[in-house]
Amino acid sequence: METLEVYGVELKSRLLLGTSKYSSLDVMAKSVRAAEAEVVTVSVRRESSRFREGQEFWRIIRDLGVRVLPNTAGCYDVREAVTTARMAREIFNTAWIKLEVIGDRDTLAPDVFGTVEAARILGEDGFEVFPYTTEDLVVCKRLVEAGCKVLMPWGAPIGSGKGLNNPFGLRALRARFPDTPLIVDAGIGLPSHAAAAMEFGYDAVLLNTAVGAAGDPIAMARAFREAVEAGYAAHRAGPMQPRDMAAPSTPVVGQAALS
Amino acid sequence: MRLVVNGEPAQVAAHDLAEALVALGYEGAVVATALNGEFVPARKRAETILLEDDRIEIVAPRQGG
Repeated sequence: METLEVYGVELKSRLLLGTSKYSSLDVMAKSVRAAEAEVVTVSVRRESSRFREGQEFWRIIRDLGVRVLPNTAGCYDVREAVTTARMAREIFNTAWIKLEVIGDRDTLAPDVFGTVEAARILGEDGFEVFPYTTEDLVVCKRLVEAGCKVLMPWGAPIGSGKGLNNPFGLRALRARFPDTPLIVDAGIGLPSHAAAAMEFGYDAVLLNTAVGAAGDPIAMARAFREAVEAGYAAHRAGPMQPRDMAAPSTPVVGQAALS
Repeated sequence: MRLVVNGEPAQVAAHDLAEALVALGYEGAVVATALNGEFVPARKRAETILLEDDRIEIVAPRQGG
């Protein structure tokens, strides 16, 4: 695969993986390796001085030698998301932020208005924003105007595993933003969903639950890596155009007249 | 001094945020802080004077999607 450039960083892997939902930190680390992911998403949460759970997690992530993409998961307003992003930048020492401003508790649908506003504030503050958004074309235009150099439309609600709910919208976005890295983030449940996103010409996919909550996360991580590679190769190879009627694949000319 | 630390009430003998982190047992830990909803960078903790009923958030790396 060709490398993918995001905010000046060349990535060989087009599978970005979340670090949550695994049965143990060991399974998480092995899954990241099996996925050959170069970027993993992380978060910040309240730390207990007694248990210090975050310190061990951070040690394991550093040992993996991957790049981290901190998120603002669980933030429902702009101020909360901006403060969370600033805390994450100091902890993880990166300008990258996966910006989530959530607008609905049941679907975890992004508050796209808040996301655009937060993206502008964070961009002006030196952040490199990866916005979690819907596939709405005009929202994505606003995000680009706010300084985002990558877009991350959802496939389906976070953790739903429903795949690509709006293929038309995702394809339209790809067509309208040919030069902006596009990453399907959220909703992917199966390797076939990831392959489909790549076949649409998406640059990468970001997923978590589909691997973390699989029966065998390490095997599923490998399956997703192969699916992303296959989907990427298929897009590059130029898929055929679908048609409504059949077209025989076996030559008609030369068929024996037997009736 | 009476503070709210990560959502829980706490009595902490500290004059500033840096002292509070030590008093609360966070010395040496990778954490970030916010005071009353605003981020306080590590370099500014010692000059951030605490007041009664201040709300402090202390966060660390955690799994995320």
